[in-house]
Amino acid sequence: MSLEFSPENQEKIQTLLDRYPDKRSTTLPVLHIAQAQFGTLTPEVINLVADAIDQESMHVRDTISFYTMFHTKERGKYHLQVCHTLSCSLRGSEQVVDHLYERLNFDENGMTADKQFSIEKVECLGACGTAPVVQINNDYYENLTIERLDEIIDKLQAS
Amino acid sequence: MDYEPILTQNVHKENSRSIATYEQSGGYSALRKVFKEMSPAEVVDEVKASNLRGRGGAGFPTGVKWSFVPKNTGKPTYLIMNADESEPGTFKDRLLMSKDPHMVVEGQIISSFAIGCELSFIYIRGEFYEEAQILEAAIEEAREKGYLGKNILGSGFNHDIIVHRGAGAYICGEETGLIESLEGKRGWPRIKPPFPAVEGYLQSPTIVNNVETLANVPHIITRGAEWFKNIGPEKSPGPKLYCLSGDVENPGVYEHAMGYPLKDLIYKDGGGIWKGRELKAVIPGGSSVPVLTADEIDINMDFDSVAAAGSMLGSAATMVIDDTACMVDALSNLTKFYAHESCGQCTPCREGSPWMMRIVRRIENGDGEPNDLDMLLDIGTAIQQKTICPFGDAAMTPVTTFVQKFRDEFEYHIEHKKCMVSRQKLMPQVA
Repeated sequence: MSLEFSPENQEKIQTLLDRYPDKRSTTLPVLHIAQAQFGTLTPEVINLVADAIDQESMHVRDTISFYTMFHTKERGKYHLQVCHTLSCSLRGSEQVVDHLYERLNFDENGMTADKQFSIEKVECLGACGTAPVVQINNDYYENLTIERLDEIIDKLQAS
Repeated sequence: MDYEPILTQNVHKENSRSIATYEQSGGYSALRKVFKEMSPAEVVDEVKASNLRGRGGAGFPTGVKWSFVPKNTGKPTYLIMNADESEPGTFKDRLLMSKDPHMVVEGQIISSFAIGCELSFIYIRGEFYEEAQILEAAIEEAREKGYLGKNILGSGFNHDIIVHRGAGAYICGEETGLIESLEGKRGWPRIKPPFPAVEGYLQSPTIVNNVETLANVPHIITRGAEWFKNIGPEKSPGPKLYCLSGDVENPGVYEHAMGYPLKDLIYKDGGGIWKGRELKAVIPGGSSVPVLTADEIDINMDFDSVAAAGSMLGSAATMVIDDTACMVDALSNLTKFYAHESCGQCTPCREGSPWMMRIVRRIENGDGEPNDLDMLLDIGTAIQQKTICPFGDAAMTPVTTFVQKFRDEFEYHIEHKKCMVSRQKLMPQVA
């Protein structure tokens, strides 16, 4: 089975290639597109990206390995990224993590059995004034309390 | 005299993001003025005369930086707005981008005109997905109004802006790491010289400026360098966004003139230390700058005053630590950040950052040894100024200054195998 970008994404990639002064500079944006479509950057997806922007797949692989937001392993449908750098830590990020672990049964890889949720402690998310903060997929949830955290998880579980 | 907000004048308005709101407050009039009355060189001179200094942390004079762009190289010139905002404690640029994206975009267009750049980038940290979308929408609105595209407002100047998302790497806030990342590679900083102004993105002249820096530019154009210079101290003037986080009642972004007293920021704007506790320590400019003790906070927040007090204004990211927090625990947290974020290019930083983390962690865990503190200071010396970029110094500075200024807590920890102070787990429960 060969992978393909959706027609919409093919168009997006073409626009990027037209706008950027060189093809290699489109590596990050095209990886973001690929990850949004396929979820995980598997070797097949990496080859697809490399072909789309006319680069060696080794280059794409090297780039992926540097950045925390690119994932080569499967994540949950909702990826919970709990900021735990100083300002968040002072305001209770550890309790956020503890509560999530208590409430959702993560395995040793930080994934729930139904693959709905995965968890990762991340470094400063740049929202220290509204700490503690969790980023779930693309969205920030700020000024967390245990109550609010439960509401968020309830809502995601119901969806 | 009450300070009149400049950078945040629109953020509390309804529909603050829309071009209509921005134009009602005089937005894009600076752009019109530039095209009507000014040459690129005159824009550079005005910004130089204003003494605007870079708000990303280094405080380098913006107009001087622009004047390093060589003329007639036959290559395109690029402007990159640094919206990587990753220094722990910093969240000011996010406010501007999410609430008043047009101020940022107008600053970008005028600055691009000044340095002769037809294609510019906003390099925004990957986590700021929503802000990237807001900027894209603002750019689209600006294009529809004719502020972007070909022959803008009949000036003959063409310009386009690309919003480029990073993908999670602190080091990409360092300008040459950022450029490498924009080129699609790992964000490994480059050896300088050559400086980016001469050889940057795709080996072309490139200027990298912080978001807040560029947001100041339209105001300098509209109201003049003289007006700007009269806000705050002469050598470090202008409006400033201060980030306040940690153990205060009211964390947030507060705008004041440069040189605003740190005490006022914490006790007036921030409402003081939360839960009725006492102040123990303040990190005034982001996690990479020297920590201040409670006795050292009687300072003004501008580049020169904070430097004179032995720390740095940095990104004006003030992190407050109260007297129930263990400084070993706090440092353990910060060393973990640097160990995680070291890009791995230079040996002293790649090896030293995790080594410092392991030592601080073992002290925190009650396994510290008497010579650990001296070893931490030695490792700091072995990293300091021995790396390609300032990250090495950023990683060792909190270690050295925490150990120097709070040595008693570290020694207590090693001797008694526990914290000198301990705080309850702090998750705020809703009453």
